[in-house]
Amino acid sequence: MVLWLAGVLAMYMAWAIGANDVANAMGTSVGSGSLTIRRAVIVAAVLEFSGALFVGGHVTDTVRKGMLDMQLVQADPQLLLYGMLGALAAAATLLAVATAYGQPVSTTHAIVGAIVGFGSVALGVDAVNWGKVAQIVASWVTSPLIGGVFAFLTFNLVRYSILDRDDPFEAARRTGPFFFFFVTFVIALVTLFKGLANLKLNFDLPVALGLSIAIGVVGAGLGWWVIHRVKRASSGDDDRRFAGVERIFVVLQVMTACAVAFAHGSNDVANAVGPLAAIAAVVNNADLSQKAPVAVWMLSIGGIGIVFGLATWGYRVMETVGRKITELTPSRGFSAELAAALTIVVASRFGIPVSTTHILVGSVLGVGLARGIGALDLRVVGRILVSWIATLPIAATLSIFFFYFFKGLFT
Amino acid sequence: MSLIANLFGQSPIRPMQEHMRAAVRCARQILPLFEEMVAGDLAAVAVRRQEIDRLEHEADRIKNEIRSHLPKRMFLAVERRDMLEILDYQDSIADVAQDIAELADMRGMVVPKALASAFLDLVRRVVIACEQAERVINELDELVETGFRGREVARVDEMIEELSRMESDTDDLEERVQRLLFGIENELGIAAIFWYKLTDDVAGMADYAERVGNRLRLFIAN
Repeated sequence: MVLWLAGVLAMYMAWAIGANDVANAMGTSVGSGSLTIRRAVIVAAVLEFSGALFVGGHVTDTVRKGMLDMQLVQADPQLLLYGMLGALAAAATLLAVATAYGQPVSTTHAIVGAIVGFGSVALGVDAVNWGKVAQIVASWVTSPLIGGVFAFLTFNLVRYSILDRDDPFEAARRTGPFFFFFVTFVIALVTLFKGLANLKLNFDLPVALGLSIAIGVVGAGLGWWVIHRVKRASSGDDDRRFAGVERIFVVLQVMTACAVAFAHGSNDVANAVGPLAAIAAVVNNADLSQKAPVAVWMLSIGGIGIVFGLATWGYRVMETVGRKITELTPSRGFSAELAAALTIVVASRFGIPVSTTHILVGSVLGVGLARGIGALDLRVVGRILVSWIATLPIAATLSIFFFYFFKGLFT
Repeated sequence: MSLIANLFGQSPIRPMQEHMRAAVRCARQILPLFEEMVAGDLAAVAVRRQEIDRLEHEADRIKNEIRSHLPKRMFLAVERRDMLEILDYQDSIADVAQDIAELADMRGMVVPKALASAFLDLVRRVVIACEQAERVINELDELVETGFRGREVARVDEMIEELSRMESDTDDLEERVQRLLFGIENELGIAAIFWYKLTDDVAGMADYAERVGNRLRLFIAN
């Protein structure tokens, strides 16, 4: 009964993540017209799911048992059951209400706030692994900064290696495949190197490195093939000198959008599946501080939920977001997304739940700092801070409420 | 609401270019205006003035729109203050064109034979300078594209250099017209003062065109 309820709530969370957040990844490509909505949804679905399945386990691990002292919880596992159920209910409620009022809420912040909330009140302040929580909260500051700095550097590299050349189109054609290699290589390496325990695969560094290089070369080949099908702008229209280059960046940007979708799946699936995994462990009487990796079927459920949200609602959000961010030209979108995707995927690998949206905002601002974007509305930064300050205590309070509610209901 | 979607403001770059196009459209009307003033066709001058008024209003409309979309919270590729200053210079081109047409129409000014060809030379040169400034502003989006670095900057620098040369040409031509004017000031009587003002205004348009370029250069150099 409890497991079913948790399953439904987790599915709702996954659905909401798919419905709201995937648009951030693919919206740019839809907005620039390089992908039709239909294709964007299909591509995003595949990558979100793979991200969740292959890399999602690490963050899920953190969410299910990293923030609470499992030694203490072991004494009365039922408390964890009600607590995790309460956390799911709290995050789901917060998400639903905020969305109804058009307020952006980070699912990551909601779930972390909720777990810390019930943990410190229901289980006692000592039950919370404050070191881990501090690390997570610190990452919410550092990860957008890292994304921003990385995007700033990436855009400067793009400028130096492509835009500032005599023949930017040719330069983009030559450099493009290297970017493809770099992104696929890094993501592959992060995924493969001691990362696939839940698939019973354990690659050590040389093997992982070799495989990643191979995958990177395949990626570069694919990139080369697509890029070389892009035609140079035929007219000698001087005013549109950079139109051809941007068309190549359209290709590169679709690639980075895919990377963001993968990264997003790898981090955010935990917000739905993490609590569910903890509940399943209690129900199955498993050792709570178990070393066993997160089950594949559970990550798959999360992945399916995200894809479902994307297919039923996310495509609309994607359309709206795409329309509103046409100011983000492909070369800028590429720089920001490359930085964001790699930042997120590395965080995922280290099991740190971060806000993909905040990292993406940080990355876009990074490109803006390089004077690459016409106009950025800095109010968004303020809104992030407000949602920070609001989300955590509200999620915590709600989860305490739901904890006592479920505890009363089931005992 | 998506944070990402709200992150992007309307870039003022394209509207800036639109405004410059409108301002230079005003400037271009000055040549047919003077041709009509040389021919003594005052009815045509009156019609021309209305046309210039209309174009100037259009420029004003764009200017106000840009201003209202540049709140302080915006983080811009071209700083707000620089942008507004350039906008002011652009707008002055249209304003001065309007002033010229107004005076020409109100006083029914017919260009004296002795000044005609020199005056037309000056006007032509001024219009060319304004058009060069428009070309410079047309590079704004390319400048943003390249992030204000490298080759594109060198290219724009050269265009601004050319603009400066054009402006000093207009200075010479202005002096020529004014010398001719002083030669016939006794015959013209009080009208001489107004002709002097017109030469000053016409040359002033090239001045503003040059300032557009110089202000941009100053910004790029930062």
